[in-house]
Amino acid sequence: MSTSKFNIGRARTVCRTDLRQLTQAKDFWVPMAVMGMIFYVVLPFLLLGSLSALGNAAGGSASKVGQVLQILPQATREAIPDKLPSGKTVTDSARAAYALAVYLFASLAVVVPITVGNAVAASAIVGERERGTGEFLAHSPAHESEIYAGKLVASFLPGYLSTLVGFGCYALLVNVIVGPQVGGWFFPTRTWWVLMLWVIPAFIALTLSVVVRVSGRVSSTTAAHQISGLVSIPAVVVSYGLSSQGLAKGIGTTVLAGAFLWVCAAVSLAQGMRRLRRWRLLGVAIDA
Amino acid sequence: MTLVVSDQSTGTQSSEAVLVLDSVSRSFGSRPALTDLSLSVPRGSISVLLGPYGAGKTTAIRIITGALPPTSGSVRVFGHDPATDGESVRSRCGVVSAKPALYERLSGRDNLEYSAALYGLDPRAAPIDAAAQRFGIQPALADKVGGYSTGMKTRLALARAVLHNPDLLLLDEPTSGLDPESSVAVLELVRSLAGDGKTVVMCTHLLLEAEGLADHVVVMHDGTTVVGGAPDELVHRFFPRSEVVVETVAQLRTEQLAALPGVAHFDRGTDATVATVRFEVESPTHIPALVAELVKRGAAVTAVSPFRPTLEDLYFASRGVARGQMIDVRTTPAAPANAGTSGTRSGAAA
Repeated sequence: MSTSKFNIGRARTVCRTDLRQLTQAKDFWVPMAVMGMIFYVVLPFLLLGSLSALGNAAGGSASKVGQVLQILPQATREAIPDKLPSGKTVTDSARAAYALAVYLFASLAVVVPITVGNAVAASAIVGERERGTGEFLAHSPAHESEIYAGKLVASFLPGYLSTLVGFGCYALLVNVIVGPQVGGWFFPTRTWWVLMLWVIPAFIALTLSVVVRVSGRVSSTTAAHQISGLVSIPAVVVSYGLSSQGLAKGIGTTVLAGAFLWVCAAVSLAQGMRRLRRWRLLGVAIDA
Repeated sequence: MTLVVSDQSTGTQSSEAVLVLDSVSRSFGSRPALTDLSLSVPRGSISVLLGPYGAGKTTAIRIITGALPPTSGSVRVFGHDPATDGESVRSRCGVVSAKPALYERLSGRDNLEYSAALYGLDPRAAPIDAAAQRFGIQPALADKVGGYSTGMKTRLALARAVLHNPDLLLLDEPTSGLDPESSVAVLELVRSLAGDGKTVVMCTHLLLEAEGLADHVVVMHDGTTVVGGAPDELVHRFFPRSEVVVETVAQLRTEQLAALPGVAHFDRGTDATVATVRFEVESPTHIPALVAELVKRGAAVTAVSPFRPTLEDLYFASRGVARGQMIDVRTTPAAPANAGTSGTRSGAAA
C-alpha cells in the first residue's frame, strides 16, 4: 500500500461520480423513495389519523388508549402535555398520538437511512469489480483510502438526505394531525433535533463503514447485500433502542449516545480506509 | 531461468529504461500466474507482450501499475516502486484494460471528466474535446456510454488513457472484440502515440497486431517468458540462416534435391499439390549457385523469393523451444541449432 497523503479532492471526485450514477439509476431510487414515503408519511398518517379519530369517538376506545399511556415511564408521561392553553384538558387519544409521534416512531429515523445507505454501500466496491470499472480505479492515482472515503460518503448522503426530507414530511404531518389537539405545533422536540443531527448520522456512518468494508471483501454484489442485511438488522434494533432511550431520558443521554457512536464510527472508518486493498477492485482472488 | 528483454539491442542506456521488472512472480493461491518475468522497456519504444489467454500478460500490466503486488521480484517504473510509491507511477501511466472499464450510466464526457479529475486535471480545462476528436468519438460525447458500440468504447477508453498526457501507455488487448477496420484504426492510433514519444507496452494474443508495430516482443506462455527481444534480433536468432522459397512447374524429385551447394536444410512441405521448396542456405551468396544447380538438374524454376519469417513463425518457433527448454538470452546469444525447426521440415541436405 502506498503512503501518499490523503487527497480530499479525489475522494470528492469518487463520491460525486457515484452519486451521479445513482441519480441515473431510477431502478434504485424510485423504490427507495416509495419506501421513505411509506415510513415517513403513510404509516404515521394512518396511525396518528386513527388515534385522532378515536378522540372523537365514544368513550370506550379512548379510555383504552389512555391506559396505554400508563406503560410509559414517569418522566415521559410528565412530558406529554395534559392542558391546552385555553385551560381545557387534552384528551387521552391526543396524548397517545403525541406519545406515538415523539417516542414510538424513533425507528423511522433509522430504518430508512440504513436501508438506503446499505443498498448503495453494499455494491460500492464489489459493484465496481463486477462492472469491470474497478480496473480503471485500480490503475488510477486515487489512493485506496480516498476511494473508500468517497464510496462511504456516496453511500451516506442518499440515506441521510432521504432521512432529512422524510423527517421534514413527518414533522409537517405530525404537527398538522396532532398539533391542534395538544395546543399547537410541537414537533420536532429538542431531543429529536439532537437525534436527527447528531445520533442518526453517527449511526449511519458506523453501519456504512462496516458495509463498505464488507463490499470490498466479498465476491459478488449478492453476497454483499446478504451480509449487509445481517449487519443492518442488529444495527436497526440497537439504534432503535438507543433512540428510544435517548428520547425518553432526555437530551444529555442522547448527546452522549451520539458521541459514543461517533467514536465507534471514526475507529471503524479509519480501519476501513487502512484495510482496503487495491487489488480488491480487480476481479482476482489473490489468496485463492 | 530468466529472460531479459534488454534495451542493449537498441543501444539505449539502461538508465533510460522507463520500466524494469526483475524476476517478478505472482501466484493466486497455489496457481502461478506469472513466473520470473524480467523486462526492461526503453523510453519511447513499443513493447508487445505476446501470448495466448492466460499467459500472464494482464497480470504483468497490473503489477506494473501497482494495482496488484508481486509475490516476489522487484518492479521499478520511472525509478519508483509502484507498491510503495504508486501515486507517482500511476499518475504517469495511461491504461486501457481488456474490458474498456467505462461507466455505462454516464456519458462519454462524464467518463473523461472523471478520469481528468482523478489524474489531477481541472475537468473544465482538460483537453477532453481534443482527446475525443483524436479518437473520433467527439460527436457521441454527450451520449451515455451504455449505448456505445464496442469500437466506440475502445476509442473512448483510449481517449481516457491519453487525456492526462501519460509517459507510459499500457494497452491490454486494445483491439479485443473490434472489427478489422476499427482494429486497424486503433493500431494506427497506437503507432501515432508512440510517434509522439510515448512509451507503449501492449498485450495481445494476435500476432498480426504486433507485426510491424513492436520494437520489442516478449513471447509469454503459462505465466513464463518464452523469449524476448527486438523482432529483427529474434528472427535472426531463431532463423539464423537465409531462407529462400523456390517454385517450380512440377514437384522436385528427391535426387534433384540431394547435395545441393550451400544448403543446410530444405522443406518440401506436406502439400503434394504445391511445387515449392523452402531452402535454408548458409549464406545469401549461395542462392545463385543453388538456383543454377536446380536448373541444371532439370527443375523448371518459375520463381525464387526470399522467405521472411513473420512474428507468427517466430512465435511458434519460440514456443517449440519453450516446450523443451528455456533460453537465457544473456548467456545464450544464439539459439540452439534446431531452433525454429518445425514438424514440416522433412529433410536435410547431405
